[in-house]
Amino acid sequence: MKIEVNTHEKNILRLAEEHPEVVVLSADLGTSCEVKKFRQVYPDRYFTMGIAEQNMVSWAAGLAREGYRPFIHTFAVFEYRRVLDQVEMSVAYPNLPVVFVGFVPGITTPGGVSHQSINDVAVMRSVPNMAIFDVGDATDIDSVLDIAYAYNGPVYIRQLRKEVPRLFPANEPMVFNRARELSRGDDVLILSSSICTEEAMRATAVLKERGISVGHMHVTTLKPFTDPTIVEAIERAKYGVITIENHLDIGGLGSATADMIAEHGLGKKLIKIGLKGYAHGASKMYLMEKYGINAMNLVNAVETLTGKELNIKKEDLEEVRFVDFLEV
Amino acid sequence: MDKKIYSREEVQAIANSIRKQILGIALKTGGCYLAQACSSAEIVASLYTKVMNLGPSEGLWEPIPFPGVPGPDNMDYPKGMMYNGAPAPDKDRFFVSCCHYASVIYCALAATGRISPDCMDKFNVDGWNMEMIGAEHSPGFENTAGSLGQTISIAGGTAHARKRRGDTGKCYVMLGDGELQEGQTWECIQAAGHYKLDNLIIVIDANDQQVEGQIENQMTEEPLIDRFRSFGAECVSVNGHDIDAFCEAFNTPHEGKPLVVIGRTRGTTGIPPLEKRWPFLHFVRIGKDEKEEFQKIYDAM
Repeated sequence: MKIEVNTHEKNILRLAEEHPEVVVLSADLGTSCEVKKFRQVYPDRYFTMGIAEQNMVSWAAGLAREGYRPFIHTFAVFEYRRVLDQVEMSVAYPNLPVVFVGFVPGITTPGGVSHQSINDVAVMRSVPNMAIFDVGDATDIDSVLDIAYAYNGPVYIRQLRKEVPRLFPANEPMVFNRARELSRGDDVLILSSSICTEEAMRATAVLKERGISVGHMHVTTLKPFTDPTIVEAIERAKYGVITIENHLDIGGLGSATADMIAEHGLGKKLIKIGLKGYAHGASKMYLMEKYGINAMNLVNAVETLTGKELNIKKEDLEEVRFVDFLEV
Repeated sequence: MDKKIYSREEVQAIANSIRKQILGIALKTGGCYLAQACSSAEIVASLYTKVMNLGPSEGLWEPIPFPGVPGPDNMDYPKGMMYNGAPAPDKDRFFVSCCHYASVIYCALAATGRISPDCMDKFNVDGWNMEMIGAEHSPGFENTAGSLGQTISIAGGTAHARKRRGDTGKCYVMLGDGELQEGQTWECIQAAGHYKLDNLIIVIDANDQQVEGQIENQMTEEPLIDRFRSFGAECVSVNGHDIDAFCEAFNTPHEGKPLVVIGRTRGTTGIPPLEKRWPFLHFVRIGKDEKEEFQKIYDAM
């Protein structure tokens, strides 16, 4: 598996080159959000707003009203918790094209609870007009800015930084409101997002060897969540559906899937794998295992749904790719 | 068409008509944001007639039913800002942060020929765009300002964009003094100073009252002039009921800095019986037993 480095850094430079109205706003974390080079290349289009996120969000709204395309760069957690009112009243209500590029989503930061955006999808899903993208690999990162740019309204991106695997072909970009089918099967359907897709891919390989017909889709567009191919895949899943996400198990991909199952009358069982509450500061791999957001727990969920004992052990799963996030 | 030059007497007449109309609403409905009209009448009348450089209204003459919430399928709804004229590089823009003053803005628009003189018939009527607390679709409003502290930043971002573009027009933003307690206000002044936004003009109706009473009994704000200056703005303080002094304040040199004009006002101006209640005047109710007293003042206006 190829590991790509600083993909967003290159992509935002390309976007800026194509669209002169693209500007970057930072709240003193630009160097941690892959826009250090942007600042060097486009110093006049890089607005330092100080450690003052509330003003930054409303300020971006003013810029957007005048035709600029602001891309706010800071940690995801600071783009929804402390600025929710600004997100809603300054940006979302008037449906302005402000893009919130949120870094170190969920437990991809060792920074502990203050740095971990564990309920951002839940909160942002409830904000009218807001679109949400949760990237899972370098190909997603390649595509997400163009999709955000083309969207008619505000966008929240859960962005990954530094070393990120390329799980999907570089010439098959993500498609708006379309899940990426990675495996087709009739027994169970796994819906995964963010860093969990890599985990799910490790699990599905072994599950197939054990005779489970497993469907697997990677979901990048979390809002809107109306993809008919997901509905069809849920219908096919004889034993039920498992969601796995780098987020609380309330309000995110799992809850969106539950809504879809109910609204379409699909009557399938659902197991939601995600955080159960606040986490704490530690490495990503440690936290994923501690909170069960990993391949092994997916296998357990498949056993629960199918009622089959699969005798899959930790060592049976493909070796863990150890790329971790060491910086806060 | 040449722009009308207003005399001080004409501006005062507009201010008086604002007070009278809003007292009329209070009498008719039993209550409204009357003190805000009393404190800001000269400020708003002066802004619309002598201070701001606005183009002719491009808004619809008559009020309209609420045109819907903005969204991907509704971005071309009639915008409240168009009553302040179409945006143009040399024209000023007006952001109303103290959106409880919506009735004052509507009356000022009517008095300056920017909307039908009968528009207040639809004020605060269910289903219409003349809401009690204004938003994007309300005549005279650029944005949705009900959550305090945000509009100054939106105006700041707009001023930043316009300065980069080389526009000569300014961005005016009107605030109440209670709102200065919001931390975001100071985040914005800091940023506007940093980016040297001398095209950002902040106007404050300092009526020394907020919902729970007099400002200094809720949260100390003074010395405001020193505070604004230390955060990177130029600041002057004048009597907000003195039209000449207020208009003159905008000539204060402020090269490379935003300008803050504090208009010191009293929310009882023109309606003396309100003094008994000061400073508890956020929303003034007129009881049945008081109606006659206020009706007499109305009739004499």
